[in-house]
Amino acid sequence: MSKSLNLYVGTVAGIGLLLVGAYNFADRNVADYPENPQMLGELPAPIPEPEAPVKTAAAPEAVDGGIIGAAHADNGDSKGLRFGLGRGALPEEIAAWNLDVSPDGTGLPAGSGNAYDGESIFEEKCAVCHGSFAEGVGNWPKLAGGDGTLADEDPLKTVGSYWPYTSTVWDYVHRSMPFGNAQTLSVDETYDIVAYILYSNDIIDDEFELNQDTLPEVVLPNADGFIVDDRAETEYSKWRTEPCMENCKDAPAQITMRATVLDVTPEEAVEEPAATDPAPEPATAADPAPEPAAEPAAEPAATDAPDPELVAAGEKVFNKCKACHQIGDGAKNRVGPQLNGIVGRDIGSVDGFKYSKTMGSMDGSWDAETLAAFLANPRGTVKGTKMAFAGLRKDADVEAMIAYLSSFSQ
Amino acid sequence: MSKETKGTSRRQFLTSAAALGAGAVAATGARAAGPDPLITEVQDWASGFGHGVDEVPYGLPIKFEDDVIRRNVEWLTADTISSINFTPIHALDGTITPQGCAFERHHSGAIELSKPDYRLMINGLVDQPLVFSYDDLERFPREQHVYFCECAANTGMEWAGAQLNGAQFTHGMIHNMEYTGVPLRTLLAEAGLDAAGDFKDKWVYVEGADASSNGRSIPMEKAMDDVLVAFKANGEALRKEHGYPVRLVVPGWEGNMWVKWLRRVEVMDGPVESREETSKYTDTLADGTSRKWTWVMDAKSVVTSPSPQSPIKHGHGPVVITGMAWSGHGKITRVDVSKDGGMTWETARMASEGQDKALTRFYLDTTWEGEEWLLQSRAMDETGYVQPTKAQLRDVRGLNSIYHNNCIQTWHVKANGEAENVEVS
Repeated sequence: MSKSLNLYVGTVAGIGLLLVGAYNFADRNVADYPENPQMLGELPAPIPEPEAPVKTAAAPEAVDGGIIGAAHADNGDSKGLRFGLGRGALPEEIAAWNLDVSPDGTGLPAGSGNAYDGESIFEEKCAVCHGSFAEGVGNWPKLAGGDGTLADEDPLKTVGSYWPYTSTVWDYVHRSMPFGNAQTLSVDETYDIVAYILYSNDIIDDEFELNQDTLPEVVLPNADGFIVDDRAETEYSKWRTEPCMENCKDAPAQITMRATVLDVTPEEAVEEPAATDPAPEPATAADPAPEPAAEPAAEPAATDAPDPELVAAGEKVFNKCKACHQIGDGAKNRVGPQLNGIVGRDIGSVDGFKYSKTMGSMDGSWDAETLAAFLANPRGTVKGTKMAFAGLRKDADVEAMIAYLSSFSQ
Repeated sequence: MSKETKGTSRRQFLTSAAALGAGAVAATGARAAGPDPLITEVQDWASGFGHGVDEVPYGLPIKFEDDVIRRNVEWLTADTISSINFTPIHALDGTITPQGCAFERHHSGAIELSKPDYRLMINGLVDQPLVFSYDDLERFPREQHVYFCECAANTGMEWAGAQLNGAQFTHGMIHNMEYTGVPLRTLLAEAGLDAAGDFKDKWVYVEGADASSNGRSIPMEKAMDDVLVAFKANGEALRKEHGYPVRLVVPGWEGNMWVKWLRRVEVMDGPVESREETSKYTDTLADGTSRKWTWVMDAKSVVTSPSPQSPIKHGHGPVVITGMAWSGHGKITRVDVSKDGGMTWETARMASEGQDKALTRFYLDTTWEGEEWLLQSRAMDETGYVQPTKAQLRDVRGLNSIYHNNCIQTWHVKANGEAENVEVS
């Protein structure tokens, strides 16, 4: 089918191959590029001179540019002009990006999962924000509960109470979650997590196998709860009228509510330059300037070095933190501050990270004791902390975590 | 105002501003108490040098304007990575929003995507799935249009009652820019729509390159109409926070559909029903059913000054009431202003003829003698639609709605020139 391709470029073998690959997607032949495309008018010729593969870069780059573009150039017989720009998308490329899933299950990859397996994955990867039972943490979205609340004063909109399609849950989890670590879940992990969310909403039981065939058949409670925008009938017809200009009310307007009563508007005060104040304790542990230069007294450090086994265990525990925190080479602030050198670091001191008021104004530094307290019960220890994590329940995990953290000195 | 107010709270500022206003003599025929040293004495700037060229290769507003910035309402969202801030509309005039203070809304943060790394894929029911580089896009015939982009949640916090005290916070999820880009229909035609058959009942699914992907489904009729694949705003490249290097512009429709870092357009048989068009951006009515596909932003307006963040700081006499109006259905044809909470209205002066799906600036040149105002504005668009009151909206939609609150806003302007966000009977 691609035999009639009329290339305007030099016959570069590699390009020819790509063309075939790309063109396999088209169902029809490609006509010659019009010699004198009437609609082009004054526009510059849309087909570039064969500049050969100017790019010296590696393979992926070679498919770039207008060279391949000629492959699909034609006169656009019915629906508009074609310019011969761009290049054919390769099947691997389409497969990599074309991930969306429709309500009928179109787009769901083969795989399976269940709520039983999903529970531990959810706990590890999702519970930090969404709670162990998908009931949400702080301001983060609640995924379960809220049945029958949609007509209430304060409806609770969750997967179970509001979302119309199971496909949406799968699609969103697969492509956009975990927050800060998107597109890292495997297909089966996604089925597991979605099964757990459905289970948490009492929609399936914990043994139900969720897969590409069963998922579209799981009907969510609010599937019929939506209507298509009806403003044209219910609103526009009423409000397309000649507006009143005088005596428009029966009685003079009275104030019924004031925003200042609520007092939830942010203040506009320019931020105090407190952060730039260099005063507090600059000369403590932080200042390594004079002595330690050539000091080979590495001994004490070595004995202080954390137990490698503990560090390894801590690395696993740290998986719970990864969605928000980075540590190690090149670590940057993300949802939470970067954690290099956290042990011994002044509390709330990472440049460029916006701490909660409480954390930002705390004195002292992080040591084994303060870290242990915070890790076990973040919000109980630092009231108002932005860290949504519920806390490490096992003392052993806390110990391992501190060992792991202390292995990144800077 | 001078810089001395720096670091004081808005309330203190308002108090001092009001005191100034009260102390001032009525403008007309005012006499100076004595010679003004700013006039009678040679000032530094009139004697020495200012900055040479190149002092700032890319300029920012002068320091005296450094309070004209985007602001966030921290309690609204769990984290700034997936959050929104607000355009300082109370301090702007004209219609074009400078990019640097135009509101941001991210679902997974503003990513840095370079032009060389940029790819746009067109796939699905097309004759030839294509990949465009950034350079490819600049080789298609391009268009320029000014459009407003309003988040569907703009004014959403006001559904239940007057809540945030400032036009920036009640109405600042909007900006208005001049876009340069390629019509989406041009790119779809390039990929060929024969495969889509009678493509009129088809949809396109658009998604971004960031971690949220933020996909939305758009009916083909709109996609082939005025949707733009834009790479310039206000004459320069898009800002990172607005989707550099390429974003979708969906004129008149809710901002969530204006996908930033646009990476893929898929022609489909039906809507994907993605998260952003099911669990979010749907409108729950009083009986618990919810509207979906509420794409169009209806006609709306707001007085930007005077307003809570922009009180009357001068004495009695002439005052300019100004604000902005817009409609996702087309042009604004008229704006009325009421000073008495909607009992009587007068028609404002539009700074220029309304433009299709773009902001219109209006003025009411009037006088103020210290009387209290319940200041409102009411927009009308070319379809004859008249901006409703909050009561009218609640009658239809109930109290649980969030998005698409285009109600008439009321500012209570007090005798001292301060203004407050209020609701009226």
